[in-house]
This record gives sequence, structure tokens and C-alpha cells, in this order.
Amino acid sequence: MKTVVRPYGDTTGDGMVQVSFTLPIPHDKLAEGAALQLAGKMGLDPAMLVHAKPIGDGFTFFVVYGSVRHLVELDKVQVIERDFPLLSAKEVNAMVRQRLRRKLSVVGACIGTDAHTVGIDAILNLKGIAGEKGLEYYRELKVRNLGAQVSVPELVAQALAEKADAVLVSQVVTQRDAHLHNTREMSAAFREALPAGKRPVLIVGGPRFDETMAEELGVDRIFGRGTTPREVASYLVHRIVK
Amino acid sequence: MKLDLDPRLVAQARALARRAGQPVVDLARSHTTVSVERAVLRLAGVTGADPDGIPFVNRLVDAVRADVGLGCGVALPVFHALASSGLDDLTLLAQKAAAGSIRFSLPAGADLRRAKSASRRAVAAGMKTIDRNRATRDRLIRRLGDPRQRPWIYLIVATGDIHEDIPQAQAAARAGADVIAVIRSTGQSLLDYVPEGATREGFAGTYATQENFRLMRAALDESSRELGRYVRLTNYASGLCMPEIATLAGLERLDMMLNDSMYGILFRDINPIRTFVDQRFSRQIHARAGIIINTGEDNYLTTADAVEAAHTVTVSQLLNEFFAHEAGLEDWQLGLGHAFEINPDLPESFRLELAHALLARELFPEAPLKWMPPTKHMTGDVFRGNLLDGFFNLAGTMTGQGILLVGMMTEAVVTPWLSDRDIALQNVRYVLNACGNLHEDFVPAPGGFIQRRARQVLAEAIDLLGRIVDDTLLEAIADGTFGIMRRPADRGKGLDGVAKHEDGYYNPATEILEDKP
Repeated sequence: MKTVVRPYGDTTGDGMVQVSFTLPIPHDKLAEGAALQLAGKMGLDPAMLVHAKPIGDGFTFFVVYGSVRHLVELDKVQVIERDFPLLSAKEVNAMVRQRLRRKLSVVGACIGTDAHTVGIDAILNLKGIAGEKGLEYYRELKVRNLGAQVSVPELVAQALAEKADAVLVSQVVTQRDAHLHNTREMSAAFREALPAGKRPVLIVGGPRFDETMAEELGVDRIFGRGTTPREVASYLVHRIVK
Repeated sequence: MKLDLDPRLVAQARALARRAGQPVVDLARSHTTVSVERAVLRLAGVTGADPDGIPFVNRLVDAVRADVGLGCGVALPVFHALASSGLDDLTLLAQKAAAGSIRFSLPAGADLRRAKSASRRAVAAGMKTIDRNRATRDRLIRRLGDPRQRPWIYLIVATGDIHEDIPQAQAAARAGADVIAVIRSTGQSLLDYVPEGATREGFAGTYATQENFRLMRAALDESSRELGRYVRLTNYASGLCMPEIATLAGLERLDMMLNDSMYGILFRDINPIRTFVDQRFSRQIHARAGIIINTGEDNYLTTADAVEAAHTVTVSQLLNEFFAHEAGLEDWQLGLGHAFEINPDLPESFRLELAHALLARELFPEAPLKWMPPTKHMTGDVFRGNLLDGFFNLAGTMTGQGILLVGMMTEAVVTPWLSDRDIALQNVRYVLNACGNLHEDFVPAPGGFIQRRARQVLAEAIDLLGRIVDDTLLEAIADGTFGIMRRPADRGKGLDGVAKHEDGYYNPATEILEDKP
């Protein structure tokens, strides 16, 4: 396999990319030169300014096409690959029934001021997402969806009451890094409330998380954009049922 | 009529909505809430907050409640206490009450008559401000004019900082926005008080406060004069403080308010009774203030499937219409909501959207329908998102929608950038310029796909309304009929702020709003 690649426009190795951005200056010759300077600093060489348009007072929007100098070194890319087998709902249920011999308890919530339940609902609600049923559909999972704007102490209390094997937290709002603060607060609260072996598996999900940050945020796993309920269920089995 | 709907079925749907809604209205008429009572005090002129930021209206209502309960309303005990304490300022009374130095009691005889007329006089002064604001709006619209096109273009700003929102809102108006909505800070709907003053910190939005309302309206008045058209201002009433936010909107001449009859119940887990009581009072205030309400049916389609649940939107629109009319709102004030949320991968999805949008248009011919853009199927592919928004704009103009919330191709990616807004407005302008009057020519084929689909949705709506009438609306909400959320009437936030009217309940605001002598 190739270990070095470049972006592909219409010819192998041409390195072509397209970017758009706004500069806080009015549209004139100087502004167009400024956009090309930025493109050059971004590694586009040669850069073609294909579109420039004034927007609002004192702002200009640009679209630039060009070839980037940079090479992508595939052997140096770091990602979290799925390190557990992807199971069907039937297999998940069978594994829980045979090996755990009780229902696996899951508590989910959006914490902090985040009111966007779309993520947690996609994973938990029967309805699911993209034609895939949510965790409520899995007979051997006991799911409690606490909904939006749940406080951390409330989440901990509910997790204790439900004897949760796993706690799923969704964070969509990222203004001022709220998703990171909330996640740290949540993991700290669970560490304080329960000794190491007794803590539920802590999972956070959301479109703007970096999946490699789990340890730093004190959680067991981070799921990013495009995660399906089946992946989460498979992970739960992998992690809890063994 | 383009859909050739059976007028008997339409009449039947309305009659069923009335029967489903009436028990809830009866409930609303026989209960009060802490927020309704606080709204009365705001109308009577109580302003400000204590050093902890708790508004004096909250302090006063809590103190009255601790002494005599809420069942008779706060107007009588408060104005009786004002008279007996020799104070002449309600806010001063609130400060003393907060410190625990005032005892409240229910007046009788001559004291009762005095408290009644004093409270009515005070509340009437607040009502007069609302009336004056309405007259000012009418005058400005006469002088400056309405937007030249329908639908009106509705844009959102939400920086968290009112002083950052203002230049953004003015820039948006200059770029073509007819209506500016300031999104509230996430979580405000669950605060049981209205924050005070100009605010510069918020999460994914800016707090709704009286001062923020005033600052933004003044800025848009400036823009309106500059642009030669009246730019409208919108905020959000829904939540635990509906009656108070509605009152503040009337006092500061906001022009539109998000006010849904069931949104708080379904999406914020607010107690159903609390919501219906608060909703009725807030809508009575909107009716008086000449405010256009925007209802929240789009939200159902973000949680449920937009095809399977299409009829729940129709049912909710019919219920919202009934509750709105009952509260005194006129058809021109009903921005009934619906949304372009059908999965774009579904065959004929655009024809289905046209059928649903046209059904709403024909069921509510005089209402300025609020047309909401795709959110659920915006994936982060901004190029496809821009195309989808173009089709959304096209459906809006083909079906004659009244208010168009501009869709952002970066929905679900980032809060809109300056350039996102510009691209989105360019999309709207292209469609309106290319075919702004297409609704004149667009007549679906008799007996064709669109007519059949619209009739099917209406039939399903009637069927569901029938079940709601049999089951009662509160039970239907408890069973998860709308937006799949189950919300029992004895649960949810804010229930402890509800009280049943007792003999002698008096609310001068309701008396004025319902025009009793």
C-alpha cells in the first residue's frame, strides 16, 4: 500500500484542494492579494483566487483553489480503530443473556445546559437512526433515557439507582468548550461517588469530540460523528460482558 | 383551493380540535401559576432584582405564597399590604417582603374593594404601555412599510452577548432579513425566573431579559429607518416563564414570539398543566400586544419521522389554532409552524414536502405560516446542505408560506458564520427572485400524488384527533402521541408552581384582558 498520498483533483499527485474563508477587510485589490497570501501560507502553491465577494460591512468572502505542497504520510496517522467485533442485535442479546445472566443497565442523558437530545435519542430511542434501531430495541438492555439538561449530581444519583453498567452522555453544544468541561465534571463526579471497580463504564458521544481524548477526559470511550446504536451496543458487550 | 379538500372534513377536524382543547382551557381558567402572578406584578410596575439576581417579582410572589398561598392570586394581598404598610412603591414593598418584614393577608370588606381597584389601576397602567407600543408599531409599519415580498425572511442571531448581537442583527437586516430572532441561552426555558439587565454571557444564545429586549428593539428601529422597512424582532416565550416573557415582550414592543401550546411539555419536560395555564395567559397578552406567535410543530419532525408523523403536525396546528383563538389571537397572528424534514433519500420526498406544506396553507389560509428549514438530514456535507436549503426555499415560495426561517448549510456543524449567513441569504434571494410568484402557477394535478397525499394526512389527523377526544388531550400527551415523548400530567418541571383558583381569586390582568367591567 502507498504510504504517501496527496489530495486528488483530477490527476494523481496534483495536490488540488479547495478552501473558502472570510477576511475582515473590504473587497478591493489589496483584499484579493491578502487572500492569496493566506493561501500561500496554508501551503497552496500555486493558488487560484476563483471567487471574491463583499459580505456585510468590511468583510470579504473568498474561494481559493490550489495545489498543496504537503504530503500525507499514512504510516504516521493516529486514529482509534474499532477494537471490538461488530455484533447484530440478536448476538448482543444472546451474549448478555448467556454470560451476564441479567439485563445490562444503561443510563443516558444530555448533561449541563445542552438541550440537544438528537444524539442521545438517535442512540437510545427505539426509533434509532438511519434505519438502525436504538438501544431500547435490544431486549436484554434496560435503557433509561433521562433526556436533556440533566445535572451531573442527578445523573450520578440516577446511575446509582438504576445500578447502571454503563452511562452514556451526549454533548452537542461546544460553545466555549462546554462539552469538554461537562465531560470532565461528569467523570470526576463518578470517580468521587464510586470506587474504581464499581463505576459504570462512562461513554461520551458528540460530533465535535476527538476520539483520542478519552483518557484525558476521564471516560472509557468517546464516540464521534456517525456512530450507530449497533456500534455502541457491541462496545458495551465487549467491555462489560466480555 | 388547490388541494380540493372536502370542506366538511376540514370543519370536522376543527370541531374535533375544539372538543379536544376545551377541557384544557377549562383547566387553564381554573388554575394560576407563580409565573402568571409574577406577570401581573410586572404589569403593575415591579422591576429589578436583589443582589443575588433574583427578581423582586419572584421575591414578592414567594413571600405572599408563604403567608396566604396562591389560590386567591397575589394582587389582593400585595395591594392590601401596600395600603396598610403606608408604602407607595411596590418594589420597595417587595424588598421589605424579601427581608421578611411584611406579613400578607387576604383583605375583606372595604379593604378588599380598595385592594381590587388599586391593583386594577396599577395593572391598567402596564396594559396601557403595551397598547401604546402596539400603536407605535402600527405607525412605524404605516410609515416605513412591510417587507416587499412574502415570505418574510427570518434570521437568527445568537452570540450570547447582547452587544455583539446588535451589530450582527443590524448587518443581517441590511443583508435582507425582515425578522431577527435572538436565540436564547440554552437552558433559559427551565429557569423559573427571568434574568435582569443587559447580559454578555450565554450558552449558544443570549438571555431573554427586559433590557436586552429594549436594546435590540432600539437598534432595529434604527435599522428600520435606514432601510425603509420595519424590521421585526422575535424572541422565545416557551418555558417556565411564558407569561412574564410575553409581558416583557409587550412592554418592549417585540413583534413575534415563539409560543407553542405543547413545546415545553414535550421537549423541556415542563408539567402539562403548568404549561397550559401559562400558555393561555401569555397568549392573551400577545393578542393584546399585536404580537405574531410562532408555534413549534417543526420540533415534532426532528424527533419523529417526517412522513409517518406528518399528521401529528396537522393535529398540533389545529390545537394551536384553537388555543390561540380562545385566547383572543386573530388569524394574522398565527405563525403556525411546520418544517422541511423528510429524508431526502426517500423517493418523491420533495412532492411529499409540497403536499404537507400546501395542506397547512389551505387549512389556515389567513395565517402567516412559519416555514422551518431542514436540520435533521443536514449531515455536515455543506454542499448537499446548500442544495437541500434551495429546495426548502423553493417549496416555501411554491406553497405561499408566510415566514421563512433561513436554513444554514452548516446546520449541525457550527453556529452560523458570517459567510454561512451570506450564502444562505443568497440562496433565498435567488429562489425568490427566480420564482417568487410561482405559487400562482403551481396547481397540483387533480387526483394526483400531491392531492392524494394531502388528503391522506388530513384523514390521519382527523383519526388521531378523534382518539384524542376520546382519550383526552392530557392522556394523549402522557402516552407519547406527539414527538414520541411521554409526559404524564402529574410529572414534569414547574408543577409545584401551579395552584387551583380558590373562591375570591382575583387577577386584574385577566379581568382587563377579558374585558370585564
